[in-house]
Amino acid sequence: MKRRFLKKLLTLGTALTFTVSVMAGCGSGDASVEASADTGSESAGETSNGGGFRTLDEIKESGTINIGVFSDKSPFGYVDENGEYQGYDVYFANRIGEDLGVAVNYVSTEAASRIEYLQTGKVDIILANFTVTDERKEEVDFALPYMNVALGVVSHDDNVLTSLDDVGTDDQIIVISGTTAETYLTKNYPDIKLQKFDAYAEAKTAFENGTGIAWANDNTEVIAFSLENEGYTVGIPSLGSADTIAPAVTKGNTTLLDWLNSEIESLGEEQFFHTDYEATLLDTYGADYEDTLVVEGGKTE
Amino acid sequence: MQDLGISVLFKGINMQRLLLGLWAALRISLISVLISIPLGILTGIVMTLRNPVTKVLTRVYLEIVRIMPQMVLLFIVFFGVTRVFGINLPAELSSIIVFSFWGTAEMGDLVRGALISIPKHQYESAAALAMSKAQIYLYIIIPQTLRRLVPLSINLITRMIKTTSLVMMIGVVEVLKVAQQIIEANRKTSPNAAFGIFAVVFLLYFTACWPISLLSRYLEKKWS
Repeated sequence: MKRRFLKKLLTLGTALTFTVSVMAGCGSGDASVEASADTGSESAGETSNGGGFRTLDEIKESGTINIGVFSDKSPFGYVDENGEYQGYDVYFANRIGEDLGVAVNYVSTEAASRIEYLQTGKVDIILANFTVTDERKEEVDFALPYMNVALGVVSHDDNVLTSLDDVGTDDQIIVISGTTAETYLTKNYPDIKLQKFDAYAEAKTAFENGTGIAWANDNTEVIAFSLENEGYTVGIPSLGSADTIAPAVTKGNTTLLDWLNSEIESLGEEQFFHTDYEATLLDTYGADYEDTLVVEGGKTE
Repeated sequence: MQDLGISVLFKGINMQRLLLGLWAALRISLISVLISIPLGILTGIVMTLRNPVTKVLTRVYLEIVRIMPQMVLLFIVFFGVTRVFGINLPAELSSIIVFSFWGTAEMGDLVRGALISIPKHQYESAAALAMSKAQIYLYIIIPQTLRRLVPLSINLITRMIKTTSLVMMIGVVEVLKVAQQIIEANRKTSPNAAFGIFAVVFLLYFTACWPISLLSRYLEKKWS
C-alpha cells in the first residue's frame, strides 16, 4: 500500500531519475573526491609527501609569506582594537617579513591545529608560542629558539619557597592535572604531596586560600600571576627541563629553515629579542625576567 | 571596574570587527542553507524510494553525517583534502562544503519524515476526485509537506548558524573568535570584559536568528 504511493512517486518520472543522479553527484561528495584519487595523483606528484611546502624562492616570488600565529594569546599573539596582530611572536614575524621583503599574511591558528597547518603547507611558518618537544620534532622542523619556557613555583610572601628540597613532609604543592608541572614533580620529587586541580581557576582559588604552600606551573603563568596579584613571590622562576619556543616550518623545507636560522643568529647581534621583549612582554612580566625568558641568537645557556 | 567591559567594544574598531565576524558566520551558514534546502528536498524524496540501492546509499550518507562531529568533517575537508590530493581549499569554502554536506543530509531526513507523514488517504481521496498525479502532488501533498517542514527546517537553520562557531578551528575569524580576541587583548585592563562581550555576542546571534523564527511563524500561519 505504501508501495503504491512510492510507485506513484516514481512515476514523477524524469524529475526523479534526475534527482538520483544529482544525489549521486552531491551526496557522495566526499566519497567521490576520495575515489577520484587517480585524477589528482598526477598533479599531486610534487606534493606526495602531504600538502607540500613553498621554498624560500617561491615565497619571495609570491610576495607574501603565510605565518600562523595565535590571535587570542596575549601577550604572545593577539589582535588589538584596531584589528592589527600584535605580540611577542608577531613582532618577530613582522621582522621576518621585512627582512624577506615580502608582506606577511597572518593566519589565526589554534593550539590543536598548528602541526596540521604546516604539514599541509597552508602556512609557511608557525610562530605561535610553539614549544619544542621530541614528539613535535618528528612532525615538523624547528628553527633556532627565541624564547625559554620552564616550570616555575610561586608561593606566599611570608613563606617563600626557593628550593623544592625545602618542602616539608606535611606541605602540599598545587598543580593543574595534565600539565608538565604535574609530570615533572611526580617523576622527580615523588615524596612531595601534590594537590591536583582540573582547572586554572580552581587551582588559583585554592592557592589564594592557602591550602597549599606553593603552586607549580609554566613559569610564564606563575610570573604573570605574581605580578598581577599582591602578596606572592616566584621563589623558583626556572625549574626542570628547560624547554624552548621556536619557529617551525614544514618538515623538509630546508631553504626556509636555513634562512630562518641565519636570520635568528644575525638578529642576536642587535639584541633584537630583547627589544621585542621590551616592546611586548615588559608590561606582563616586568624587567626582572627578561634574561630568564629571552633567547638571543638561538643560543640557550 | 564593574562596567562589564562593554566599553571595550568602543575601543578602536572593535565593534566593527565583531559585526564583520557575525557577517562571516552568517555568510557561511546562509550560503550552506541555500545549497542544503534544494538538495535536501531531493535527498528526502530519494530516501522514500523503495529502491534498495538508494536506500543503502542515503542511509550510509545520513549515518556518516550523524556520527561524525562537524569538527572532524571540517578537518577532513580543510586539511585532509590538501594532504591527500594537494588541493588547497580556502577555509571558508571548506566550511561551506561541510555545512552543506551536513545540512543536505539532515534536511533530507526532515523531508523524508514529512513526506511519509502524509496519510495515505490523502492520496486516495485526491485520486477519487479524478486528480492527475501531478495535481495530487501540487495541490494536496506538497502544501501539506511544506507546512510540516517549516518549523523543522527553521530548527536546522538556526542550528547551522550557531554551529559556525566551529569554523574558527580552521582559521576563519568569525564572531566568537573576534570576541575571544577582544577579551584576551584587554584581559589586563578590563578583566570583566568576558561577561559583557559574550552578552553582546548573545544579542548578535539572537538578532540573526530571531527574524528567521518570525518568518517561520508567519509562514506557518499563512499556510495553515
